[in-house]
Formats: sequence, structure tokens, C-alpha cells
Amino acid sequence: MDEAIRNKYTVVIGLEVHAQLLTNTKIYTSDSAEYGAMPNTHISPITLGHPGVMPKLNKRVPEFAMKIGLACNCEITRHNIFARKNYFYPDLPKGYQITQDKTPICTGGFVPIKLKDGTEKNIALTRIHIEEDAGKSMHTVDESDTLVDFNRAGVPLIEIVSEPDLRSGEEAYAYLTEVRRLVRYLEICDGNMEEGSLRCDANISVMLHDAKEYGKKVEVKNMNSIRNVQRAIEHEVERQILAIEAGEEIISETRTFDAATGLTASMRTKEDLNDYRYFPDPDLAPLNISQEWVDEVKSKLPSLPNDLFERFTKEMQLPDYDAGVLVDTKEIALYFEELCQHTKYYKAASNWMMGPIKSYLNELTLSIEKFPLKPIQIAELIRIVEDGKVSFAVASQKLFPHMLQAPEKSAEQIAQEHNLIQDSSSDSIQPIVDEVIAAFPDKVAAYQSGKKGLLGMFMGEVMKRSKGKADPKVASQLLEKSLN
Amino acid sequence: MKIDKKTIHNLAHLSRLRFDDSDAEKMEKDLNGILNWVEQLNEVDTDGVEPLSTMTWETNQMREDIVGEHLPREKGLKNAPQKDSNYFRVPKVKE
Repeated sequence: MDEAIRNKYTVVIGLEVHAQLLTNTKIYTSDSAEYGAMPNTHISPITLGHPGVMPKLNKRVPEFAMKIGLACNCEITRHNIFARKNYFYPDLPKGYQITQDKTPICTGGFVPIKLKDGTEKNIALTRIHIEEDAGKSMHTVDESDTLVDFNRAGVPLIEIVSEPDLRSGEEAYAYLTEVRRLVRYLEICDGNMEEGSLRCDANISVMLHDAKEYGKKVEVKNMNSIRNVQRAIEHEVERQILAIEAGEEIISETRTFDAATGLTASMRTKEDLNDYRYFPDPDLAPLNISQEWVDEVKSKLPSLPNDLFERFTKEMQLPDYDAGVLVDTKEIALYFEELCQHTKYYKAASNWMMGPIKSYLNELTLSIEKFPLKPIQIAELIRIVEDGKVSFAVASQKLFPHMLQAPEKSAEQIAQEHNLIQDSSSDSIQPIVDEVIAAFPDKVAAYQSGKKGLLGMFMGEVMKRSKGKADPKVASQLLEKSLN
Repeated sequence: MKIDKKTIHNLAHLSRLRFDDSDAEKMEKDLNGILNWVEQLNEVDTDGVEPLSTMTWETNQMREDIVGEHLPREKGLKNAPQKDSNYFRVPKVKE
């Protein structure tokens, strides 16, 4: 699309994120909430919506909702009631979903985002409320019926609703990434968009910069990765602008995203909007949240990614890039924190984390919890390198792999056993230097006539002939002296 | 509030109910009768009275997050009009 046309419009996006909570049981019954069981085995009369049953709230659900609310600086609602949202669909056995309408458990607050160009922005939240998931319908080509599995019916969800504060697909990407990181740090949701434990619907509209009112909004669904949310938004924005430019009117509707084509297609018009006939659920007692409970949840909040980022950049003087990579995964950040209790070489520690350790984990697709070496062992490895006993190259290519094979031994012990301790005595390096100079008379002549770049090749030879044990600093000094 | 034919049709649609015009007329009369009767409540002064949302004075009825007994699948499926050994079956729904 023509940039000039695109630049006439302001893009307005609000996101609704559903996060499945990592509780053991469902929100109103003691059925297991675990994913992946045989169909219709996590069911009970309450889940199936039989008459006369009484739902009872899982205490951990408001607790988890408060965790994210407090992490996002929301107000916690003290007096909560539950509401019935009425609609008919085969995966909703009761004919209504129990949710919160007038009293969402959290209101206000914000999620901080950081864009690639370094811009920082707070995305305001409208509300976070708790509700139940629906069952799962399967429509397969070779079945004439729709098959319904109620294992998921009643699994607890929080819905996080943002204000229409997002202005681009990139901002939506950053927002979702941050929400996912937060729920993972708080250990309230596994954040897996492919399996649907984190789901996102986007409300998208465009308007001319000087417009007084928002444009008609379109809701886009069915995006199963953060990247696809960005793609769907970018496509939808372009579609709306082109339609308006062609004189067409945007209709308020729900559209579905097709990841294969990158396009959105109309699902149904939203004529029945607001026809959910919400009313208070008479079966559930109101939930009153005391200050003591809020304080208790607050006192148990873990360090959040932004706090850790602050610490890593300020206290440990790491570059923003390093700190960003380290706080990306909670477990990596915690490992690094512990490592820093055993070493003061923070930048070296960060290099080890982002370099050899990360490549090892990636290669074996392991998480850091399965990493065989303890932070204190890595700290020792760092000390050996910093003391000049082993070069970084030898430490990362030889010592580190040996340590992984024998995690019970100390770094020093292994370095001794495998004869990896670096030689920094001129007496033993000089003969090797002499040997190399004697072996390449023509290269020596070329160097002396000005091809200084050959120094690297001589260094390589010295390192090779010393089996990597020569201290590179000493070797390069001796080489330069002997060549000139 | 008055119920007209349009409201009846809308309610029927939302409730997935189907009936013919004579039934709709009867329904309209019945519903208006009920609403008129309930409307007598408007005569009561409710200034300063909180809306009633539940039938008890109890609050914070919660349970611990511990897995309990499940209904065996055969039992859960027993009353379904259509089923197989694993699933409830319904006429094909497509979004």
C-alpha cells in the first residue's frame, strides 16, 4: 500500500487475552483441569450442567487473578459477584458462561512495552476478570456430526482486556510478548498459544488522524501465535484502509485469520451484540476480598522481568541487550541471579549464559532446570578464565564440555586432568614462536615488507602447535618482537 | 415494559425455540401478564436498597484446589441423545 495513504490513518487496536490458569482443578468443581486427558474423562454433573448442582469457587482462581492484577498495578475489586452470560452453543452445557460482568476482579493498571527502536510505552488495561472456559467442539471432514469434549469446560480463565491504546501490529506483538512473560513469571499460565492456553482476539479499527470518533471496529480471532497476531493486524489494517479509500463502509463484524494465506475472512455480523442478557448468578456466593488477602498475595509476588532488568543493568552494569536476553525466561534469569552471588565478573557471567550455556541448552532442547552444572561451578569456571589459567577459547571449547561430562568434578580439577592450564611463560612459548618463524620464511618476508595482516596466521600456528595452551597475550607479544 | 411480536421473535431466536404465530400470540399475552404483575414492585420505594444478587447472606464460599472424583465417562454420556463411546455428538455446527 502507498505510504502516503497509510500515513493518513491512525490505527486503533485493543486486545482481549484469555489465559488458562495453571490450577489443579476447574473453577467451580473439583474436576481436574489438566490438559490432554482422554475425551470426557474430566467431567462431573457440575461440568455437564445438570439441574440442581451447586458450583463452588476454587480459591486459587481469585488468587492467581490478583497476582497478575497486582503485577500490572490494577485496583483489586473488593466486592465481587459472578454473572451469567447467556448464549447457546453445543460446547456450553449450561447455556450460559459464568463470568464477571459489573465487578471484574481487577480494574485499571497497565502493561509496559518496549519497541525495537527503544520506545517505551504503557498500555492501559480496562479490566481483568475471571471466568470459565467452554468445552471443545471438533468438526472433522469425515464426520457428519460435531463431536464435543467437556474436559475443558469449566477450566479457569482470566480475560485481560486492554484499552484501545495499541497503534500498530508491532505494538500488539510487544504487548502480547510482555503479557506472556508476565503470566509465566507469575506461574499462573504456561503461555502456550499453540495449545490454546493463551488466546488473543484483536479489536481493530482505523480512522483519519483528525477524526473525532473511532472507526467501526472489527474483531479478529483465531490467531495461534504472537507473530500471527501481528500479521493479522497488519493485513486487517490494510484491508480497512483500502476499503475506506474505495468508498466502502467498514462493518462491525467478527473475522477469522487464516495463517496459511495471511488473510482475514468474515465469520458473522455482530448484530446480536450485547444480547448476552447478563445477570447475577444466584448459585455463587459473592466474593469479598480483604486487605489482608491482597497483602498476602502481594508479599508472595516473585521478582518481575522489569525489576530484574533494572537490577541487571544498574547493579550489574550489563548492557540493555544482555539484560533483555537474560530476563526473557524466568528460569534463566534466576540462574543468572544465583550465579552472580558467586562471582563479581557479571559481564563474563552474562557472556557464559548467552554463549556456551545457551547453545548447549538449545542443542539438546533442554530447559535450564535440566542443566547439569550448578551456578557455583560456572562461577569457578569464570574465575579460572579471569585468573588467566585457561583461555576463554579453551574454557568454552574444551573445559566446559568436559565439565558437562563430569559435573561432580570441579573446573580446576578437570583443567588439571586434561592438561588445559594455560602456559604464560615466555620460556616455553618462545621456542614455538621460533619454530613457526623458521617454518614459513616466505610469509615472514611478506610480513616484514608490510603485510601486517599475516600476524593472525602466525598466531594461529603458535596456538595450534601449543595445543591451545599458549597464553595468547604472551604469544602475540613474543611473535611481534621476533618478527620485527 | 411491553412485549411485542418483535421481542417474542427475538427471544425465540435467542432461546432456540420455534413456534407458530398463534402460539406467539399466546406467548405475547402471557409474558405481558407476567411483566405487568411484576411491575407492581415499582410501587415500592427502593431508594438506598442494594440490588439483591444472591439468595443467601453467605460470602466467600470457596474450596481448596484439590482434584476430586470424576464422573465415569459412560455415566456422563448416558443421557445424551447422541453419543459414541468417547464423545457427545451434536448436529454439525460450523462457525
